[in-house]
Amino acid sequence: MRKIEPILAILVAAAMIVAAIAAPWLRFVLTIALAKGIAVMGILLLLRAGQVSFGHALYIAFGAYTVAFLAPRFGDAMILLPLAALGAGVLGLLIGLFVTRYRQIFFGMLNLAMAMVFYSLLEKLYAITKGSDGIRVEIMPIAGQALERVTYEWTIFGIALGLAFVLGFLLRLYLASPMGEALAGIKTRETRLEFMGVPARGVLLSAYVMSAVLGGIGGALIAMTSRHVTPLLSYWTSSGELVFIAILGGAGGVLGPFLGAAAYELVRVYAAASFADAWQMILGSVLLLVILFAPGGLWGMAARAIGGRGR
Amino acid sequence: MTTTLSRREALVAGFGGVMLPATLSAQPAQKPAELKIGVTTFLSGPASVFGVPSRKACEMLIDQLNAAGGIAGVPVRAFFVDEAPGTDHLVGEIRRLVQSEGVHVLFQSISSGSCLACTPLSRELSKLMLLWDCGTQRIFEENRYEYAFRTQGYGTSEVLAPLLYLLKHKPDFRTVAVLNQDYAWGRDSWELWKTAMDALKPGVRVVAEMFPRFGSTDFSTEITRLLALRPDVILSTSWGGELVTFVRQATERRLHERSIFVLPVAEASMQILGRSMPEGHIIGTRGDHWNNHPAPKDPAAFNAFVNAYRQRFNEYPIYPCHHMAQAVWALKAGLEKAVAAKNGAWPSDAELAAAFRGLTFPTPTSTITLREDGQGLEDQIVGLSSFNDRFPFAVPKDMMLYPGASVSAPVGQKSTDWLKTLQPSVVQTAGRSI
Repeated sequence: MRKIEPILAILVAAAMIVAAIAAPWLRFVLTIALAKGIAVMGILLLLRAGQVSFGHALYIAFGAYTVAFLAPRFGDAMILLPLAALGAGVLGLLIGLFVTRYRQIFFGMLNLAMAMVFYSLLEKLYAITKGSDGIRVEIMPIAGQALERVTYEWTIFGIALGLAFVLGFLLRLYLASPMGEALAGIKTRETRLEFMGVPARGVLLSAYVMSAVLGGIGGALIAMTSRHVTPLLSYWTSSGELVFIAILGGAGGVLGPFLGAAAYELVRVYAAASFADAWQMILGSVLLLVILFAPGGLWGMAARAIGGRGR
Repeated sequence: MTTTLSRREALVAGFGGVMLPATLSAQPAQKPAELKIGVTTFLSGPASVFGVPSRKACEMLIDQLNAAGGIAGVPVRAFFVDEAPGTDHLVGEIRRLVQSEGVHVLFQSISSGSCLACTPLSRELSKLMLLWDCGTQRIFEENRYEYAFRTQGYGTSEVLAPLLYLLKHKPDFRTVAVLNQDYAWGRDSWELWKTAMDALKPGVRVVAEMFPRFGSTDFSTEITRLLALRPDVILSTSWGGELVTFVRQATERRLHERSIFVLPVAEASMQILGRSMPEGHIIGTRGDHWNNHPAPKDPAAFNAFVNAYRQRFNEYPIYPCHHMAQAVWALKAGLEKAVAAKNGAWPSDAELAAAFRGLTFPTPTSTITLREDGQGLEDQIVGLSSFNDRFPFAVPKDMMLYPGASVSAPVGQKSTDWLKTLQPSVVQTAGRSI
């Protein structure tokens, strides 16, 4: 299955590009899906260690607001993306030092608390953040090139797709490395890791910081795509959405988050289009069906269809 | 000389045709088989108390229009989209409506956040957008839009009118407290009120500024504090369940006997509160469409709308229903104007939008003019809550009507700057009793 994954990834990417060309409005939806997919890779990383974070929307919102605040000053996507990633990484390190002391439900809830503190700050510091009205992000130049709207949207789509590939590849390398394998050790039995001389907290902390960086990149891409940021990005429902996507996609491979994010966004868009009153119910039913009949998520389903093991 | 087209030129021409916005290509717009309207409104979450009735009103009006042959001979069809999932979803939905469903007009948003995020899309997609309910003054004061118009009043007039009413009817107050929801409207409306109050009646002491969390279900702490502070006036621009809860809890503890409430958005909650709304407090409706309007311009049309709504949904229409109706009537007037300007031919998107600048359209109660910057001038009526035999809920008495132009910041001025320039004499000259 690991061998088929890159081929499958290229197929999925091709399908996305075709869809984005065929329907211009899907380009927007798919860019958001790619951005969320990148952020969900961070969730996946922590899931490997058996930890579920209910607060990773914090890093998405942080990345998005970094872009919104700094865009008037350093108005270039090529500067803002690394800045958002770096900022989220530093924040992840600070919070990680604290939350990686905890496991399971405590880990999840502490993350949730952090995200909600950030949400409240965004709402309360009205004079700075403009509260729930949010901040508008104008079309920004990319690598010094001032772009027209359609080109800009294609470029962001391209950047998101490229980053998805590069980060997915790096994450695969990481998961196959001793550090990555140690994450699974935290899930099965942490004490054994310590006996082997591997510091469990260090392993988890590095994974946590990485997941924060991924969240920051995802958030920056979301801000550049929707071009309006609101505190809702940091609300607990957004964190739940990330976990939802992770489960929907399946934790087997790095392609899972992207399958999950694309499926999630498309189901939501089509459900909202066909049943404006009841889209939440449809989304909920889809998740229930996946949990009941395909516990490995979409990735697991794909793996079974191809005949390999979905891990 | 014969001209031949090289392959490259043909490609360029082909791509150019695809890439050029419809408005720039020379092709005349075809009359569509149906006029599609994309409507964004809250269908879930707390603000669905506004969104669901507005959707009902929209469906009812479209049925009525289609029964009468549509607008300019074209039947109308609405596509509804839920605002609740947040801006990144909504921005995508607006694109879907335009690029996939092919809507001709967008009726946009209750929430100011949604409006701020989506209105720039009118420019990018070159589609007419009617902002039918959001109140933020930032839209037209911070930007200029060719394709966006607000078919109703906005925060500045909706806050200033109740303040002028208060200054006229209870001019001797000395202290004021505010209890608003902690989000943009709550903060903005307080800033507008405070700025105007400092200009019109300097020296009023603000004894408490309270912004309980959005979606709070209990106000007992705030009420205890208000009982202790005894402010003369309590302002609250809260709405929905929060306003209902606050009024119920406050009246149980007799807060309304010590202070006068000013509730600019109260109308939508009056039916739920019923008899538990105390009498003699200042209530507003974000416009002039009170169910007991004593002198609507066209009483037959007003009663027809209210009665049709009551008959179909078994409740009185609330202000979002009227705002939705204003957008529908504005669309009818604007589209007919644009068609007439082209001698019956169908207008392009740009021509349609141009017809709305300076448009004056009739509402059953008055007329609304969309001024040069796109902002609508809607009259404001404010009164004191009271009960009569006609309605099982509170309606205003001793009403004052403030013409839209007199309580709106002039074109090109920011509301907060304009409010600072107000003179105390305005209190006596603005508005008239009806």
